[in-house]
Amino acid sequence: MSFLNRFSAAKGYKQSRPMVATFILTGGSVILIFCIAFSILYGSADIKVSTIWQSFVQFDTLQTSHQIICNLRIPRALAATLIGAALAVSGSIMQGMTRNPLASPSIMGVTAGATFMMAISFALMPGASNVTVMVWAFLGAGLGAGIVFGVGSLSKSGLTPVKLALAGTAVTALLSSISSAIAIHFNIAKDLSFWYAGGVASVQWVHVQLLAPIVVIGLIVGLTLSSSITVLNLGEDLARGLGQKTFLVKIIGTLVVLLLTGAAVSIAGTIGFIGLVIPHITRFLVGTDYRWIIPCSAILGGILLVAADTVSRMVNPPFETPVGTITALVGVPFFLYLARREGRAKQ
Amino acid sequence: MKKLTPTKRAWLVAVSLFIAILLTLIISLNLGVMQISPVDVWKTLTGNGTSQSSLVLFDFRLPRMVIALLIGAGMAVSGAILQSVTQNELADPGIIGINAGAGFAVVLSIYLFQSGTITASTASIFLLPAAALIGSVVAATLIYAISWKNGVSPIRLILVGIGINAAFSALIIVFQLKMDPNDFTRATVWLSGNISGTDWTYVYALLPWILILLPYTFLKANTLNTMNLGDDIAKGLGTRVERERMLLLLAAVALAGSSVAVGGGIAFLGLVTPHLVKKLVGTRHQAILPITALMGGFLLLVADTVGRNILSPSEIPVGLVVSVIGGIYFIYLLIKS
Repeated sequence: MSFLNRFSAAKGYKQSRPMVATFILTGGSVILIFCIAFSILYGSADIKVSTIWQSFVQFDTLQTSHQIICNLRIPRALAATLIGAALAVSGSIMQGMTRNPLASPSIMGVTAGATFMMAISFALMPGASNVTVMVWAFLGAGLGAGIVFGVGSLSKSGLTPVKLALAGTAVTALLSSISSAIAIHFNIAKDLSFWYAGGVASVQWVHVQLLAPIVVIGLIVGLTLSSSITVLNLGEDLARGLGQKTFLVKIIGTLVVLLLTGAAVSIAGTIGFIGLVIPHITRFLVGTDYRWIIPCSAILGGILLVAADTVSRMVNPPFETPVGTITALVGVPFFLYLARREGRAKQ
Repeated sequence: MKKLTPTKRAWLVAVSLFIAILLTLIISLNLGVMQISPVDVWKTLTGNGTSQSSLVLFDFRLPRMVIALLIGAGMAVSGAILQSVTQNELADPGIIGINAGAGFAVVLSIYLFQSGTITASTASIFLLPAAALIGSVVAATLIYAISWKNGVSPIRLILVGIGINAAFSALIIVFQLKMDPNDFTRATVWLSGNISGTDWTYVYALLPWILILLPYTFLKANTLNTMNLGDDIAKGLGTRVERERMLLLLAAVALAGSSVAVGGGIAFLGLVTPHLVKKLVGTRHQAILPITALMGGFLLLVADTVGRNILSPSEIPVGLVVSVIGGIYFIYLLIKS
C-alpha cells in the first residue's frame, strides 16, 4: 500500500527518539503526580491543604470535607489517570496493528456496543444502580467487539487489519444507529448523552477497584507485546518474514484493546479524542518504536484526562463541563500544530 | 456473471440498479400512512386522481423520494471522490469536516433560536439548511487551509480533518447538553439524518448542485484513476496533482455540503456505497462514479421507504435506517469476499 509507506515516510517515522521518550516518562510522571494533587486540591467545595492532609492521617467520617476528599476526589483523580492511560494505550495498539491513522479504539465497536447496551438498559430499566450500569456497559463493549471480530474472522480471505477496521466502522454505524433510534423512540436521548458525556464525575471507590487490576494487566501485556507491534507496524508480510506469529500478536493485541477500552468506556462513557489523538501525538514526539510509544502514551493520556477533568470542574462551577469536550479542545490545537510541523508534503 | 468483461458487467449493474430504483419508486408511492393502491397511483400520476391522493403523492411523497435519490447520489459520490483523493479506505465526507461542521452550525442555531421562537415561516424552513451549508463550508475551508503547506498531502489532510472534527464534535456536545429535552431530540434527529417534511422547495434548491457537480466529477474519472495510484505516479503520468486535488475536494465538499444541508448527518452512506460499488464493478472510476450515484440514491430511497413505514405512523430518521441496512449489507460483503 503506497499510502501507508508514504504515511510513514512523511512523518520521519524511521528514527525513534529514546531521549525524548525518557524525558516524557520521567518528567511526565512528575507532571502527572502534580496534576493528580491539584485535582484533589481543587473543587467546588473549598478545602484547605491542611484539611486534606488531616483526612489522610486521621480520617473522620463525620467531617464532610474528609468525606469529599477520600470518597469523591481521590477515586475520581485515580480513575481519570487510569482511564486516560487505558484509552491512549489501546489507541496506540490499534493504530500500530492496523497501520491506519484513522483507527481508534472506538472503531472496534467497543464504544458503540457499550452505548447500545446503555440505551437498552435506560429504556427497559430506568433507575438502575451505578454498578449495574457499569456491568451492562462492559457487556455491551464485549458484544460490540465480539461482533466486529467475528465478522472479521468469518471472512473467507482471513482477518486483515484493514478488514477489521472496516468491519468495526460498519458495526459501529449499525449499533449506534439502533441506539439513536431507541433513544429517540423512548425519549431518553438526553439521559443517554449525559451518560456517554459523563466522564468520571460519578466515580466511586468500587469503580477504581474494578478498573485498576484491568488497566494494570492491560498495560503489562501491552508492554510485553510492544516490540512485536513495532515489527507488525512495518507491514504484515515483513513481520511474517521476520518469523513473527502475526495472528497471535493481533489476537492478543485486540484482546488488550478490548479489555482496556471496555473498562474505560463502561465507567466514563465515550471520552473521544484521547484514544485517537494521544497515540498520534506520542508518535510525533518519540518516533516509531512501540516500546517507547506505549508507556509514553499511557503517561500522556493520564495527564490529559486528569487535567481535563480538573478544568471541567473549573470552567463553570458548580456545574461540570463534559470532560470529552475539554480533552478535545485542549488537544486539538496541539495536534494540529504537530500535524502541520511533522506531516510535511513530500516534494 | 464471472465471464463478463468489466464494461459489460458495469452496464449490467447500472441497468439493474436503474430498474431497482424504478420498482422502489413505484412501491414507495403506494406505501405510507395513507395507502394508495397502484391503480389510484397511476390515475393520479396521469392527472385523473382525487385531490386528496394527488396532494399526498405530489406534495408529500414524490418530493421526498426525489430528495432521497439526490442526497443519496451526492453523498455517495462525494465519499467515492474522497476515498480516492485521500487514498484511504476509511474516508467519508465526514473526514473533511462536512458532518461535524454542519452539525455544529445546526446545533448552534437550534440553541440560539430555541423551538419557541421558530415558527413555520418561509425564513425558518431555510434556517437550518443554510446554517448547515455554511457550517460545512467553513469546516472544510478550515481543514484545507490548515493542511496547506507547499501543497496538501493526503495524510496531512486526514490528520487535520481528525483534529477539526474532534473540535467541532466537542462543541456540538457542549451546546447540545445545554438544550431542553425537546430541542435536544430535535438536534439528535437532525444529526441522525432526516428528510421528513421535505417539499419541492428543497428539491429545487438541491437539484442544480447535483446536476452540475455529478457530470463534472464523471468527467474527472480519469484523474481519479491516476490519483488513486499515489501522488508520485499521478505526477509522472502528467496529472497536475495539487490543482486537480483542490478541484475534486471542492466538488466533494459542495456535493456533501448541499446534501447534508437538506438531509442532515448521513455520513455512513458516503463510506459504504463506494465500497459496495467497487466490489461489484472493480476499480475504474468511469464505472465507479455513475454507479455509486445510482447505488447511493437507491440505498437512501429504500432506507427512507423503510423508515417511513416500519413503525408507522411514527418515523425513524432515514440516516439511522441507512446505517442499519448499509451496515448489514456491508458486513455480509466483508464475510463473503
